[in-house]
This record gives sequence, C-alpha cells and structure tokens, in this order.
Amino acid sequence: MKKLNILFTVLSFFAFLILGCGGDDSSKIKVGLIAELTGDIPAVGASCKNAAQMAVQEINDAGGFQFGEKKYKVDLIIEDNAGKADQSVSAAQKLITQKKVVAIVGPNASRYALPASEIAESSKVILITPWSTTPKTTLDSKTGLSKNYVFRSCFIDPFQGRVVAKFTLDKLKLKKAAVLYDVASEYNKGIAEIFKDVYEKNGGKVVAFETYTTNDKDFSSQLTKIKRAAPQVIFLPNYYSEVPLQIQQAKRLGIRVPFIGSDSWGSEELLKLCGKDCDGYYFSTHYAADASTEVTKKFIESYKAKYGSTPDDVAALTYDSFGLLWQALKSAGKNDRQAVRDALAKIPRYDGVTGTMQFKEGSGDPIKSAVILKIIDGKFTWFANAKP
Amino acid sequence: MVYIFQQALNALQLGSIYALIALGYTMVYGILTMINFAHGDLFMIGAFFCFLIAFYFKLSFVPTLLLTMMGVAFLGVVIERLAYKPLRNAPRVSAIITALGVGLFLENFTLALNPYPQHVPTLIADKTWTLGNVSISSLQIIIIVLSLFLMLVLDFIVQRTKAGMAMRAISWDKTVVPLMGVPINKIISLTFAIGTGLGGAAGMMYGLAYPVIDPYMGIMVGWKAFISAVVGGIGNIRGAMIGGFILGSVEIMVAAFLPSTYRDFVAFTLLLILLIFRPYGIMGKPNPQKV
Repeated sequence: MKKLNILFTVLSFFAFLILGCGGDDSSKIKVGLIAELTGDIPAVGASCKNAAQMAVQEINDAGGFQFGEKKYKVDLIIEDNAGKADQSVSAAQKLITQKKVVAIVGPNASRYALPASEIAESSKVILITPWSTTPKTTLDSKTGLSKNYVFRSCFIDPFQGRVVAKFTLDKLKLKKAAVLYDVASEYNKGIAEIFKDVYEKNGGKVVAFETYTTNDKDFSSQLTKIKRAAPQVIFLPNYYSEVPLQIQQAKRLGIRVPFIGSDSWGSEELLKLCGKDCDGYYFSTHYAADASTEVTKKFIESYKAKYGSTPDDVAALTYDSFGLLWQALKSAGKNDRQAVRDALAKIPRYDGVTGTMQFKEGSGDPIKSAVILKIIDGKFTWFANAKP
Repeated sequence: MVYIFQQALNALQLGSIYALIALGYTMVYGILTMINFAHGDLFMIGAFFCFLIAFYFKLSFVPTLLLTMMGVAFLGVVIERLAYKPLRNAPRVSAIITALGVGLFLENFTLALNPYPQHVPTLIADKTWTLGNVSISSLQIIIIVLSLFLMLVLDFIVQRTKAGMAMRAISWDKTVVPLMGVPINKIISLTFAIGTGLGGAAGMMYGLAYPVIDPYMGIMVGWKAFISAVVGGIGNIRGAMIGGFILGSVEIMVAAFLPSTYRDFVAFTLLLILLIFRPYGIMGKPNPQKV
C-alpha cells in the first residue's frame, strides 16, 4: 500500500510538471531556434544564436507586434542540436509539440537542416533555415516538389556551384581543376558534383575528384594523388574547420596552386585556424561585410556594438531569416501557423542584409545574388558580384 | 615510383601515430584483460595539454612533450585508481562500460570548457624538403623518428628492466605473481602511466601534424588504434606497433590506388579477412579458456 502511495505521488508530480509546462501564455509569439552550439561547427551556432537574439531584442524593443487590440512580444526558445542529425530532429519535435512555437529558424548546416525540415513539414510548422544551401532541404523527397513549410534565406548549391565554376573559368582562366570534398556530408557532396558538371560543360577539366569522410584529419593520400594529376587550381567545398588542415597539408606536400572554396569558408574561425596559409584564395558566399548597403551597414554596426566582432554570413542570414518572419507575421496579422506560412510565401520583395530576395513561385528558395570574396592579409575582402 | 614513395612516407606518418596509441590499448589489455575505451579520449587530452602548454606558457618542443606526457600519464593513473580499480574483480562488462563512461566524461568535460576547435601553435619550424619530387616535411621526420624512439624505449623497459619483467609476469598470472612479492597495484599504475603517456605523446604529435583539434578528435582515431591493436594481436606490444603500421599503410594505399570513397570500406574489409585467418592477430597467441 505504501509503495502505491509513493507511486501515486511520483506520478502526480510528473503530471503537474507536464501540465505546468503547457500553460499557454497568449500574449507571446513563440519562435524556436535550432543552432549548432556544440559539435563540430560551434562557430556557426554561436553566430546564429547571436544574430537571433539581436533580431528578437530589436523587435521587442520596437514594441513587438500589434494584432487587433492586443500587443504581442516575441519569445525566443533556443535549442542546441549538438551538431547531430538525431538531436536536430528531437529539437524540432520538442519545439513544435511541447513549446508550441509558431515558426522555427535553423538548423544551419544542410546535414541537420534536412532531417529537421522533414519534421516541420509533416507537422505543418514553418522552418526557415538560414544557411542550408542543398536543394533537397526545401524539396519533398517522395514527390520531388517543393515542401510547403520549409523556407531558406540563402541561395542554393546549384547556383553556387555554377558561380564558382564560371568564376574559375572566366575570371581566373584556370582550365584544370581538382576537387577534394567530404563524401559523407550532404552539402559538400552536392556542391562538388555541380561544380564538376558545370566546369566540364564549359570547357574545363576536372583532373582529380577525391573524397574523404567527416572528421578525417589526414588527407595526405588524396592530396598526393591530386599532386600527381597536376591541376591548376583546387576546389575545396568543405567546412571552415577542415579547410585549413587541407591547405596546410597540401603545402607540406609541395602543392603550389591556388585554392577556391564555397560559403562554408566564410567564418572568422577560418582566418584564425588558417593564419597566413589562406591568403590570396577566393570563395563564394552570401554577403560581403565591406561592400554594403544601408541595411547591411546598420546591421554590422549594431552587431559589432553588441558582440564585439564582425558578423559572418551565418549571422547575416539568420538575421534575414528573422526579418522575413517578422514581415510575414506583420502581413498575416495573427499568431497562427498557417496564416504566417501563407504570408511568408507571398512576400513580394524583402531588402535584407544579404541583398534583396523574393521566394520563387511555389518554392521556399529565394532569388538572390552571390558574392566572391578574396582573403587578403587575413581578411575577407569583396572581389566580385555574381547575379542570379 | 615517386608517387609510391611519397605515399609510403604518408603511410609511415599515419601508421606511427596509430601504433603509439595502439600501445596504450594493448598494454592495459595485457595486464588487466580490460579494454580501456577511454584511451582515445586521453589521446585527445594529450593534444589539448600540448595546446595549453604551447599557447599559454610558450614552451618549446621538448619541454612541451615531456609535460604533456607527464600530465596525461598522471591523469591515466588517477582514472585507473578512481574508476577502474574498484571494478577489478567485477564482471568485465562493468569495466568496459566504466571505460566508455570515462571517455564520454573526458569528451564532454573538454566540450563544456570550450566547444571551439583550437589551433595548436607551431612548435617546429615547418620546413619542406624536396628530393626528386618527393616532399618531406620536418614534422613528418620528427613524428616518425620520435615514435620509433618511444617504441624502442618501451620495448627496452618491458623486455630488459625489472618493472617490465613484473608487468609481463602479471599479465601471465594475476593471482600467483602478487604472492611472490610483486606490488601489483604499483605495477598496474606504472602500466597505465606508460600507456597513457604514449597516448599523450601521440596526441601532441597528431596536434602538431593536424593542428586543428577538437574534443571529438579522439573517437575515430581511438577506434582505429584499437583495431590496430587487435590486428597486431591485443596484449602483444610488438603486435600493436606492427598493427598500427599495417592499418596506416592500408588506409593510405587504398586511397592512393582506388577511388578514395572506397577507403574505409576496402581497408576494413581487408582487416576483417586478415582476422578470419588469424583470429588472434598477427603476433597474438591462441589463449584457450582454461576450465
């Protein structure tokens, strides 16, 4: 009997906990954020979190939203996915079912955004990924059509792969390229394949197409193979924590050709880890912190004032994701998942930090342009623009 | 020819690091018949110690190496005393789970302190020599030579000193040998100190060769070193060295002559086949269960 009593007490305690959490605060708009705060790319998660907190603070300081008579403030709920696909899924589930958010921003890397987007789509909750550039994130894997609830604020890999391939051929005039990429990662693989395709169709030749798997640190075998193929340029569409190792090892093996990269290079961490080794190389990305419009300048200034560092592309894109969401909330005029989703899809034109954007008809992918940056004296410097 | 020679050098570099770590697994197994799954994470701690010492105290190569080895060895001994010793007579599964737990603790402890990948400062002037199109870097030479030196020292300790004799005796029989007056706890501590110290040295060299380090770096390398130890014959010190070089060469050479996507798949298939024909590893001896 005593045992039953204890059991009952414990059960009612849990029931109380669950009910206690479910208390609905109707004067708040809840927005979830899933970021890579720990794991292999924590710099991405940190930028994302910083920009998100800034965007939320700005809207709340400006009085929040007014729907009819009622004023709403935004409540940001941050979840860490620990750089893991399964934790991205459980974070999305938690935000949707327990926290009852109206929309989710993040995750950033495609390998986490893809699984999380499936959950959002099936639960009919908006998910805006700031940084996932693989086309698959916004496409339904069964039908091949666009997902209805998944959006992004960045361009997609086919566009980026084309930009880099054309840039290498037309501007750098290099016709023999080698590629080294992470075959286990959605993003790297996608962009490497598109680069190869476009590069070879436009008269270039890919002389070595080498792979490794996530968390490898030794690339000596692949790089030796690349050296034997004698390319004029090496394309490394890999994350900022791996690129410095690849470039340093290539130099140690006596490879003396330029390297080019993609938007995954665009973290201040790359400069720190690379030192002088990355000077003179190019990569394509979302925005340039030094050649900017008014909106961009204002964002960079307030970010610097708040966090003491230059915002990277993830920060800018996260900020734009929230900007898009605020605009959708305003035009929807109510705190309702479906209404906000419809308003978001119909945004006519949004002037963001990373340029103007507009969602393609019936798709979550925006139409926008890319920039090419060059690393000069340990700084990202604007080099060229690439129109959509 | 030049290509093969260059790849052989790459294999030698990778293999010597695997071999150094494999020694830690095999020594602990030899003496306690326990697999110390935290060893890969102690290797990671070695890389972080090296980073801290080189970054904050700006010491040069040799003092950094000695301090790193001592620090990791000390940590290894403490872990053995606190976590493994109470379980020495417990079922073997408990000890393995504890080891996994210690490994997770080390990873997440480092992660909690700082999740960012760190850049290990250069301790050795990075020079590259080119001999007839084969590039040799100063780091490569140091890693290969130092690893071989440490392995020779270890071989000397185990084969030629009294402590080494005690280690071999304990791995032979854990019940009778202490009755002959061999201080079993001291010898086990010493084994842990040497094994983890070598792991620390490997961590430091790995950190210098691949200077971006993170709290998860020990997992995959640890597994590969463990496989090396098994291939060489777990419990056998010379076997661990050979196993490390075999795994390093197989990995490099598969990527060198086949599409690199097949690397792990082909490498581990080859090792599985090897184990089918030599289930106790290359140097291991069959050890039938006595009833």
